[in-house]
Amino acid sequence: MTDALALYRSLVLIRRFEETILAEYRRGAFSGTTHTYTGQEANAVGVISNLQPNDIVVSNHRCHGHFLAYGGDPRALFGELMGRATGVCGGRGGSQHLHWRNFYSNGILGSTLPLATGIALAEKMQGRQTITVVFAGDGALGEGSIYEAFNFASLWSAPLLIVIENNQIAQTTPITLGLAGSIAGRLAAFGIPTRELDSSDVLEISSTAQTLITDVRQWQRPQALILNTARFGPHSKSDDTRPAEMVDELRRTRDPLTLHGTRLEAAARQTVDAEVEALVRSAFEQALIDPPAGGAI
Amino acid sequence: MTSVLDALNHGLLRALTDDPRVVLLGEDILDPYGGAFKVTRGLSTAFPQRVLTTPVSEAGMTGLAAGMALRGLRPVVEIMFGDFSTLAVDPLVNTAAKLRWMYNEQVSVPLVVRTPMGGRRGYGPTHSQSIEKLFLGVPGLRVVAASHFGDPGELLYRAILRQDDPLVFIEHKLLYGLQVIDAAAASDFEIERTGSAELFPAYRLTVRGAPPPTLTLAAYGYMAELARQALVRLAYERELFAELIVLTQLAPLDAAPILESVSRTSRLLTAEEGSLSAGWGAEVLARCSESLGNRLAAAGRVAAVETPIPAAAGLERSTLPEVDDILRAAEKIGAHPHV
Ligand SMILES: Cc1ncc(C[n+]2csc(CCOP(=O)(O)OP(=O)(O)O)c2C)c(N)n1
Ligand SMILES: [Mg+2]
Repeated sequence: MTDALALYRSLVLIRRFEETILAEYRRGAFSGTTHTYTGQEANAVGVISNLQPNDIVVSNHRCHGHFLAYGGDPRALFGELMGRATGVCGGRGGSQHLHWRNFYSNGILGSTLPLATGIALAEKMQGRQTITVVFAGDGALGEGSIYEAFNFASLWSAPLLIVIENNQIAQTTPITLGLAGSIAGRLAAFGIPTRELDSSDVLEISSTAQTLITDVRQWQRPQALILNTARFGPHSKSDDTRPAEMVDELRRTRDPLTLHGTRLEAAARQTVDAEVEALVRSAFEQALIDPPAGGAI
Repeated sequence: MTSVLDALNHGLLRALTDDPRVVLLGEDILDPYGGAFKVTRGLSTAFPQRVLTTPVSEAGMTGLAAGMALRGLRPVVEIMFGDFSTLAVDPLVNTAAKLRWMYNEQVSVPLVVRTPMGGRRGYGPTHSQSIEKLFLGVPGLRVVAASHFGDPGELLYRAILRQDDPLVFIEHKLLYGLQVIDAAAASDFEIERTGSAELFPAYRLTVRGAPPPTLTLAAYGYMAELARQALVRLAYERELFAELIVLTQLAPLDAAPILESVSRTSRLLTAEEGSLSAGWGAEVLARCSESLGNRLAAAGRVAAVETPIPAAAGLERSTLPEVDDILRAAEKIGAHPHV
């Protein structure tokens, strides 16, 4: 598979996975809460595809896309959301609390920035050549611990890439009601070099991320990447307060699958589509019959 | 003789020496200052790479340390005053204490947060509290309190190197200047280990040569010293014979040493410096009541008055529990078999 096709496959995998989640929630296959990643797939895929095997990813409540881009098993993730013993964390964590290999997520906004900074510093102090990537949204920038972490990361030279996924909304609150000044300005205040992209193109994101990741590894200093992006779905399951026309417009103009897919030969693309469709279906169906965590319900 | 301050300092030095994974973080902990209460004095000179002075960021440093612990280090955070530990509640409760369980036992977070609690120094409402009760009963979080009984330096050493979970280590400010008392140093009372806890033991203090006790005192930290004074005075001045159980691990609570004692004395008096409601004593009393039923004949709790802690010495004295409060409460429980 060419690199371009492999990136496309990752995008489609996340999209089909999340669509399955939303559809099957309505049918009652899942319980609890969830946050889907549709529309933002190019961020996770573009950044994480540039990491090395021992690098570390720290994610937030909207973590399925990051997890799948990291190579996490769709069946184990479905299982985690269904409360299966075979789930990523045996059903203890649910949608927002995943750990597998060097992937960690937590549902407390902002808490992951100090955590990721500590992880990056621990790795550095122990002479491991890894870097740590932490994903946070625009809304999380309201949390004070974020700025303590920015300060520590810069002051103590943590090998950390901070990725801010700015989808201009936090649950229902538009960024205009939540954020003063600018995101770039906040990072600049701590002396953290920052690149900003207004793109849903996985290649563009990937090439910028590659440069930043190389820089973090080489200079052993934090860098930041602001990705202006678009959330296609509801915040959680059925709580989108934005006008439908606005979301339609985003879907028309900012779809990472369309933007990247048109670069590929139709036949190759269709093969990938079919393969991923079958994979997600079978992962879902396997998870459905996996044993429940904690015994029969 | 060695002071609690020196014992704790030595415990940290031993931990740093024995294990290269140990890292100290805190505000103003570098030499020559060596921390607001000097517990870290000398350590940054001995281990400049692993003793890190931080910005004034309790939440940040605790979250950072949780990340360090997750990836192979053994961080020890100093929060300058226990009052400021409220800023570290989120990283402790929602990150450090949860990760091992929530990630299905795939990780561990060996993080120690040390902090001095307590008043009686005139520091006023925001620098005098004993708020360790906020951390009691948090699943995944161990709370240990040093006292001057046993070996507080060893207690801290074990917290850092002999267990793998997040742990809040409480040091009362007035303990720092006290001399450590072990079995050999005890004079008019006897001290022995009780219960089965290996890492963070409980101690039983009895008055030398006294008849069987009719009251159990239970305390920790600096209140254990005030309870010890009360124990001796109750015996010599009022012929009321008690024994004192001193716990070092407050949470999760292993009440067995207290239950064993109360099953013999049938009376319980707890003493703590924090405010009364929903405190450590309430939990201890509930456990005794659940386990002993009507074999618990009488019980009481001594604790702080429920206002902020005033700065003026006279006002502060009337807010925090003193030896006289313990004496009065003991008499009220009415444990006088000889009268
Ligand atoms: C400390 C904390 N406060 C509030 C919430 C509830 N909450 C979950 S997601 C969210 C909005 C987050 O917005 P953003 O960071 O922009 O991420 P996005 O959902 O847009 O991906 C809120 C308020 C939380 N999980 N944690
Ligand atoms: Mg957002």
